[in-house]
Amino acid sequence: MSVTAPTAFETRSSGRGSAFWQRLRSGDDIAYVITLTCAMTILAITALLVFELFTNSSVARRQFGWSFLTSNVWDPTGERFGALPFIYGTVVTSTLALLMGIPLGVGAAIFLAELAPTKISNALTFLIELLAAVPSVIYGLLGIFVLIPMLKAAEPFLRGLLGWTPLFSGPFYGQSLFAAGVVLTVMIIPFIISISREVILAVPTEQRDGALALGATRWETTWNVVLPFAKKGIMGSIFLALARALGETMAVTMVIGNQPEIHTSLFAPGYSMAAVIANEFAEATGELYQHTLIELALVLFGLTIVINGLARLLVLSTTRRGAG
Amino acid sequence: MRLTLRRKIVNYVMLSLTGICTLFAVGMLLFILGYLFINGGRSLTWDFFTQLPKPVGETGGGMANALLGSAKLLLVATCIGVPIGFLAGVYLAEFGGSKFSFVVRYTTDLLNGVPSIVIGIFAYTVLVLPQKHFSTLSGGVALGIMMIPIATRSSEDFLRAVPLSLREGAMALGASKARTILTVVIPAAKAGLLTGIMLNLARVAGETAPLLFTSFSNRYWSPGWNQPTAALPVMIYTYAISPYADWKQQAWSAGFVLLMLVLAINVFARMVLSKRGHVVR
Repeated sequence: MSVTAPTAFETRSSGRGSAFWQRLRSGDDIAYVITLTCAMTILAITALLVFELFTNSSVARRQFGWSFLTSNVWDPTGERFGALPFIYGTVVTSTLALLMGIPLGVGAAIFLAELAPTKISNALTFLIELLAAVPSVIYGLLGIFVLIPMLKAAEPFLRGLLGWTPLFSGPFYGQSLFAAGVVLTVMIIPFIISISREVILAVPTEQRDGALALGATRWETTWNVVLPFAKKGIMGSIFLALARALGETMAVTMVIGNQPEIHTSLFAPGYSMAAVIANEFAEATGELYQHTLIELALVLFGLTIVINGLARLLVLSTTRRGAG
Repeated sequence: MRLTLRRKIVNYVMLSLTGICTLFAVGMLLFILGYLFINGGRSLTWDFFTQLPKPVGETGGGMANALLGSAKLLLVATCIGVPIGFLAGVYLAEFGGSKFSFVVRYTTDLLNGVPSIVIGIFAYTVLVLPQKHFSTLSGGVALGIMMIPIATRSSEDFLRAVPLSLREGAMALGASKARTILTVVIPAAKAGLLTGIMLNLARVAGETAPLLFTSFSNRYWSPGWNQPTAALPVMIYTYAISPYADWKQQAWSAGFVLLMLVLAINVFARMVLSKRGHVVR
């Protein structure tokens, strides 16, 4: 496919100018300019987004400097702000979601790609991809009214099993880091499954045949041959899921408890970066308060950009499905 | 090599575990659907679609203003997101050079990964802050920005899926490139492009976070485009965390309506997609 030369626009002297108008009439250059403008718009929007986040957080950045990231005081009336409790909450809930989501997601992907007959696999994948389409506010709704009562009922069992660790100690009121982690787990599983399944399906059949011919069991083939082959792509799907978990707002806000505190126990309430922005931004009075919340958005943005960038590179290098 | 018992057992145990993982994921969807059917479908009345919300303390009322608000927001979002995204997709698929296209593609993917709440902040700083009030327009713009990257990538994918021979045929008949794209390539990719737009709409229809401080909320009808407006997902959020039993019940109804809407669009769009093979050969 030839690319129309943009140099035509630079010269508008009479001779070449009329040739330019002629070509314009044929439509090619118009189409080129219009579509190019739209492509540039995407770059412009992204640049403007970074610019706006940066300039509108200037007051907070000047006031607190880097200590913003390490201070754990959150006192809107005294105008002293530190982001640590929110960063902690975001990291803990996302880690929890990955710990539970990776085995479940990759396990299901293995079943769908390696064991299930194609027709059943496609039907189940269709259902699982619908799960990814459920809006996050619905997950929050179910989190409040279904998951939290369920967790309360399961509390004695969890305590008996894991109560000896500091992670599951202290009182449990339902809204907690743990509840947020569980909701996030359910939300990221469909991403891990649908991308990992594609990656596993892309592993050449000869690889499996070779291992099976050497006498390996089905599981040994999957574990020692197929998974290492698909490792990069699966890592990519995990990073994508992580980016989503980090930025997830509504479902987390509704179940995390919204307390800007740092507790070792997962049974304790917490707060996340996205949740505090959602809860306090509309009511944030004063420039410093607002700029502080925008700085949090900037931190969140930076974090997801890095993780997403890594994920895209990993997924792009194994399948064609970079857009996800 | 003889299979030892241990290896056999490991094989069966691990393989059945993967099956259980799948059951868990699929069961979750059925559970969500079932729960919303029972809890939301039960209390859904005609009033929900036609009445305004009642003041605190009075039972009944509906969310007609939120339904209209959501529709208006989606209209604005579509008018912004689809043209820009689609045309950028045309650029990537038909005109793009390698280097610049890579930059655009990568930026698009990054924009797609930006958390929705950050997009909300962006729309706030660009539109709400200078105007000093919340509006339907700013909410629509926030959703529109969220639509752009998906519209771009799905358009590019579907346009690329059109065989090169179709383009060559058109050009051999003397059509210009623009004409080829307009009369041959786009019509051939029509079904896929429509699918992409529908899935995109379904995704932003459920977005709550970017609306919290752009379109805000409204207990009444929102005239025009420059007033704060209620939207279905935001209503679900505020009603679910409210202390009133009646509001919580209404949150379930609203959740049921939203989920049915989103899933219906998804199922319908994917069925169109599966017919794509008949359109393009």
